[in-house]
Amino acid sequence: MTLTLATVCIPPVGLYHYLILAAFVFVCGLLTILLKRNAIGILMGVELILNAANINLAAFNRYAHGGLPGFPSLDGQVFALFVIVLAAAEAAIALAIFLNFYNNIASIDVERGKELRG
Amino acid sequence: MTNAMLAISDTQLATNVLFYTLAAGVALSALAVVLSRNIVRTALFLLFTLGGVAGLYFLLNAEFLAAVQLVVYAGGTLILIIFGVMLTSKAPGMKFEPKAIEVLVAAITGTIMLVALLAGIISTRGYAGHPAEIVRQPLDWGTSQYPVSDLGQALLGDYLLPFELASVLLLVVMIGAAFLAKGRRRRSGREDKV
Repeated sequence: MTLTLATVCIPPVGLYHYLILAAFVFVCGLLTILLKRNAIGILMGVELILNAANINLAAFNRYAHGGLPGFPSLDGQVFALFVIVLAAAEAAIALAIFLNFYNNIASIDVERGKELRG
Repeated sequence: MTNAMLAISDTQLATNVLFYTLAAGVALSALAVVLSRNIVRTALFLLFTLGGVAGLYFLLNAEFLAAVQLVVYAGGTLILIIFGVMLTSKAPGMKFEPKAIEVLVAAITGTIMLVALLAGIISTRGYAGHPAEIVRQPLDWGTSQYPVSDLGQALLGDYLLPFELASVLLLVVMIGAAFLAKGRRRRSGREDKV
């Protein structure tokens, strides 16, 4: 009885729970990008946004578009894998650029980028 | 009947407890990433967020994705970011305080974005083509097959071209990052000689 009571009180986890969580994580990433002045902090905000997108991809793959019984189609998971690969590539290049930026300006504050030409 | 219902609600209860624990962890650490002023602490909270998202992948039956998330993201990308933090700050506890106007603009943007996203998500509930019942239950993938084999088939079948393009991209990124880092060192060496 207690189990049924608990499941009545808490609705079963579905697609919408994941979507709402991903929306929250996305907004956190957006705020991180807007508020941080450290270039690496901004990169962390981008990673949060990519993770929010990945949660959505995996959740849709599990709940809405995942193929038939015995024949799962894992398009969402494949997309999420590519996003992870691209995030790693992006982080590597961004950090190399930030190192050059730091070497030229002696600061990682993005406000100092105003001194750049072009 | 009641026994079957009880068994279903048992697994549902376990899923609920796991989901809400992980979701609270992910949401709180994502919020801490925004609010923390110390960049090293921000990196630590990002690690918690990535680990929690890996747990959510396990809940979504995406075991391989969860493993990749832990190995590549939490193990590789985050270490790279922490390296960047250590290389670019003489004092790792260095702080940048945002201006009040920036905080205001960010708060307004974030609120609008969150409300718009939530409204968009909730408005799809009654959509005719997708009744809400469809997305309450996870799809039945059958128990005979292990999904990771299907993932491998998809990667080397339908997604062979993007897969190979990703490998080319990683090669280009490796060369590019090495070139950028090398150029930096040469320039600083020349400055030292002068």
